[in-house]
This record gives sequence, C-alpha cells and structure tokens, in this order.
Amino acid sequence: MSLYQLSKLLFELNRDTALQAEFTADAKAVTTRYDLSDEERGAVIDGDVGLLYVLGVNGQILMHFAAFRQIAWADYLQRMRDGVRIHGPVRAGIYAMTTGLDEKVAGV
Amino acid sequence: MTLVFTGICSHGPGITGRADLAPPELRDPFFAAYRAMRDALHAARPDAVIIVAAEHFANFFMNNMPSFAIGMADGYEGPIEDPDWLRIPHRRVRGDAALSQAIIAEVQQSVDVAYAEEWKFDHGIMVPLSFLDPDNKLTVIPANINCQGPPLAPLHRAWAFGEALRRAADAVPQRIALIATGGISHWPATPDSGRINEEWDREFLRRWAAGDKAALLDYTDAGTYAEAGQGGFEIRTLIAAAAAARGPGTVHFFTPIPIFSTGCFVATAEIA
Repeated sequence: MSLYQLSKLLFELNRDTALQAEFTADAKAVTTRYDLSDEERGAVIDGDVGLLYVLGVNGQILMHFAAFRQIAWADYLQRMRDGVRIHGPVRAGIYAMTTGLDEKVAGV
Repeated sequence: MTLVFTGICSHGPGITGRADLAPPELRDPFFAAYRAMRDALHAARPDAVIIVAAEHFANFFMNNMPSFAIGMADGYEGPIEDPDWLRIPHRRVRGDAALSQAIIAEVQQSVDVAYAEEWKFDHGIMVPLSFLDPDNKLTVIPANINCQGPPLAPLHRAWAFGEALRRAADAVPQRIALIATGGISHWPATPDSGRINEEWDREFLRRWAAGDKAALLDYTDAGTYAEAGQGGFEIRTLIAAAAAARGPGTVHFFTPIPIFSTGCFVATAEIA
C-alpha cells in the first residue's frame, strides 16, 4: 500500500491545470509516474471516490478531486458511503466514517 | 503601528458552493454577520490583511510540510477548486512582498516560520474573501497553520505564532488587520459532513471570547478528534487570533448549519 504516493498524485492533480488536462487525455499515463498498487491505480483511473476514501485518502484531497471530476455534493457523500459498504471501513488516515451507512446528518 | 482589527470566521466550501441548499432563516443572518464584519474590517482602513488559514493541501503537502508559513509575493490566485463547484470566480489577489518580508523577519524572532513566494488560495481563504472583500480591493498576506497532516504543532505553538504576528503587525508602519479562519467542530469532506457538536463549539467560543489562554490551550488533539472531528484541529488558527488580539472577543453569530458542514460563526476581538 502506498497511500503517500496515491495522495501525492491527487494533491498535484488538484492544483495543476496542466496536469489535469494531461490526466483527462490519458489518466493511466499520469498514474505510471507514481508508485501505486494496482488497486490504487485502478481507483484513480476510474475516479472511484468510494475506494479512494476507504484507502485512506485525506478527505480534503478527495473533496477537491471530486470537484475536479464534477461530482455533485450529495453524490460525493453517497459514493463514500457506498465505498465503505463495499470495501469495509477506512483503512488509514484521520478521515474515518463515524456515522452509520444510512445516516445522512445534513440531509444529503 | 498597532494591529487595527482582529476577526475570526468559518470557511467551509459549502457556505458558497451550497448556499442555495441552506435554510434561508439560518443562512441569511449568517451572511449578514459576515457582511457586518466586512464593514468593520474596511472601516479599520487596513493597508494589508493577514489571513491565518488552515489550508487543505492547496500548497503544502507531506513531502515538506511546514507547521507555520507566510506568503511573500506581490500577488496570489485562487480558488484552486473548480470555480463552478465553489461558486467563487477565479481572481488574482494583491499581495505585498516587501511587507511580507518585514513581517516574516519579525515573526522569525520567535517562530521558525516557512515563507512561500507562490501560494494558491483554496476555499479556506477564498470563502472569507468572497464576503469580506467582494470587490477584490484588499492587500492580503496569507499565513497558514498545518491543521491537516499530523503531526501538528501543539496548541501553545499556535498561540506563540499569534503572538509573533501581533509583534510583527505592531512593528511595521502599515495598518495591519488579522482574520483567522477555521472550523470549530466538524467532520468535513466525509460521509459525516454535517455532524456538528454544538455544545463543544459554544464552549470553545466562550473560551475564545474570554481570551482565556489556559483554557484555550487545554484541549488535546485526541480529545478534539473524538469530540470535534478532524476539522476541530483547525482551532489552531482561532487560538492564534486570540493571542494576537489579546483583548476580549465578541461572538456576533454562531449557528450550526449542517449543509455547510460546520457550525457557522463570525466573531471579533478587541485589540489590547
């Protein structure tokens, strides 16, 4: 597991419009520059917010990535819940889920 | 001359990005409080505003994470987020590299602060600026406290950073205002977004308004994480503001607004 490398990719992507254009054209090519596991690489290429959340990506990095991918707020929250439902609890970091799978504290 | 203004406020991206989803009876008084602070800030006629933020990986990352940083450029830009998502248009914000340099030099007398000649603003600065400086007229000096990537500087160091900023503001001839922005309790960017510990928030704001250093520094990160979420680590910015102002504070507005993912507050402190 290389959460640091995964997070670094997303950090750089979130703040660099040139890299975003490159990523949009060929996401796989961008991911090869980072030392990622197959699971991590697949999650980035697929924009799998639920799995990225479970892998432990800091929520602030993930939220900006979701904005870049034009994922609406309610959908973003639901994708994280679905990720936990499918893959189990968050595996690392400080952004573990503390509410229930079907709990929507803000109504969305 | 002496610091001319100190205020603190919330900065969650939902405040602008999801403004239309909030109940107007909660949102409108909050926005009115923000606008009142805008008027008070401008009435203080600051030559520059130091914004103490808790940025969210817009500039700083775990490859080289400073506990404390200050911008040192003649201009900054933001937001890094999709402007349509945040609903804040991209803008270039005026800085003052020479003034930053003077402030940094004084801060360094007591705090080993990093400086940055490049700095992109995320929602942590852009949301407050969108309310406090809608016409993009202010000169801004961004400052940051790492509240995102542990290990984090202890709270007493955040207090010391605030004291150093005050000393620096007092040492330069310009009129300096200080705005600190951070969450109180919140669980941002997670499925828990909207969870708010109102009781914890009210107690924090009570300690803040009292300028009670011992009580403000009495929190532990473990306790904050358990009761106020990872977003609660951002109290560092608010603690720095209390240290800078030295005087009693007034909480002008506090209301939990779950769709904004945070208890929303606006407060100012007397300069003593």
